[in-house]
Amino acid sequence: MGSSFNSCVEFLNWGNVGGLYRIYFCFSPLLFTGLHPYLESLHCNSNSSLFHLFTTPDLFSFIFLTVLHHIRDIKDPEHPYSLEELKVVSEDAVEVNDKHSHVRVTFTPTVQHCSMATIIGLCLRVKLMRSLPPRYKVDIRVAPGTHATEAAVNKQLNDKERVAAALENPGLVDMVDQCLAPTYE
Amino acid sequence: MDSFEGNFELKEIQKLEGHTDRVWNLAWNPATGISGIPAMLASCSGDKTVRIWQQNSFDTSWECKAVLDETHTRTVRSCAWSPCGKLLATASFDATTSIWANVGGDFECVSTLEGHENEVKSVSWNPAGSLLATCSRDKSVWIWEVLPGNECECLSILQGHSQDVKMVQWHPFLDLLFTCSYDNTIKIWAEDGDSDDWHCVQTLNETSNGHSSTVWALSFNATGDRMVTCSDDLSLKIWESDPKATPPAEDGFTPWRHVSTLSGYHDRTIFSVHWSREGIIASGAADDAIRLFVRNEEVDGPSYKLLLRKEKAHEMDVNAVQWSSQETRLLASASDDGTIKIWELASVA
Repeated sequence: MGSSFNSCVEFLNWGNVGGLYRIYFCFSPLLFTGLHPYLESLHCNSNSSLFHLFTTPDLFSFIFLTVLHHIRDIKDPEHPYSLEELKVVSEDAVEVNDKHSHVRVTFTPTVQHCSMATIIGLCLRVKLMRSLPPRYKVDIRVAPGTHATEAAVNKQLNDKERVAAALENPGLVDMVDQCLAPTYE
Repeated sequence: MDSFEGNFELKEIQKLEGHTDRVWNLAWNPATGISGIPAMLASCSGDKTVRIWQQNSFDTSWECKAVLDETHTRTVRSCAWSPCGKLLATASFDATTSIWANVGGDFECVSTLEGHENEVKSVSWNPAGSLLATCSRDKSVWIWEVLPGNECECLSILQGHSQDVKMVQWHPFLDLLFTCSYDNTIKIWAEDGDSDDWHCVQTLNETSNGHSSTVWALSFNATGDRMVTCSDDLSLKIWESDPKATPPAEDGFTPWRHVSTLSGYHDRTIFSVHWSREGIIASGAADDAIRLFVRNEEVDGPSYKLLLRKEKAHEMDVNAVQWSSQETRLLASASDDGTIKIWELASVA
């Protein structure tokens, strides 16, 4: 990340939310030319997009934007739309604490009884496993109050033994790969 | 029991590399490391293999002696040596449990136990080596009899847990089976007379001061009257079976009761706990750390205190910690980083 990125980041506000530091800043799409290919391809349709962030801008924003870029294009298994288009994940869904190597993604299932919630969560986890350095601890959860079996979904998504077993099931892996196809490298 | 005064450190003796995926579990061979027999370890991994590691008698360094592959077709989740050290049982996500025999230094798969509907997560030998227990995501626990020729026959299928069963562990002397689960409980199972029927004699749940999330592992102290459990609720709990405090039932079973909770030491899921013969509890967790605890002698009653914290014991989650069955101050750990580490607990001046 070049220093031009740093200088263009404008800090608007920051606070400590649930133990994770967030800094809100805005940026211009022009910033992404000549930067990391992931960021270059990031379509930013507003000059005042707000992104929630962490402490020092360069490394942290890079990680954050990488995370967001990696998950926003994941498809809903039941719809031809991306999770971002369906508002399943949004900019404020990602919290990163780089000091503690911790990423938390909160997603909002399309309906209270969405049977695909665990698959969506699994897609998010797999995408991050494939994209982030291995030192990161990733927590995935549904937004509080947005799913009928919220606790059960969260427990399953964060049980790494169940996730590991799911990823050895060829049918499930096919489904995850299809959901991840748009950004699958 | 020693009192643990002074400062201790966990010294890394060696890092064992070879697995190409996360290492889930490991086991010290109980018949090795004594009478001039070199110490031996088995480890199992997401790379679908089991590795046998042996200590070199010249310079005490460890090397990989065998790779047990092309048998399990998915992750090998757990491994356990028979009490005589001649047989190794391995439990896999491929729904089978294999038994391997050491034939002149080569390991041969001599038996495959089939029956679980899906992933087998843990396997344990009873103290006599005549029974095996296995558990699965299918919520059941199976008890197998080991027959001559290493054939195994299912004696009983225990249904009782409402979710997948994470670990099975026999009591060190008694034919009592302990199981812990994603349903947040620990269950204790005993045989009905000579009928080969097993039933649940006690359930330790949240109302018995138990865990509020998945219970991942359990271990007994040397005298078998205390047990420690670890959980996704970030705590360790100590349980006791004391005939003086809790009168035994008619069948002679002394119920277990909660005596102490250790919380605030790990900040992510605690996957593994092991109690050493001399009374040191080791725990390994998803925070990459290892913690050691000992009985607190300064206060009355069953209290435990932190002896040592080892941050960044591994680069990723610590999935298993196990003390050597012989040299009491040697500890092995297994991690998502694909390595096994051998540690020595040493006092520092």
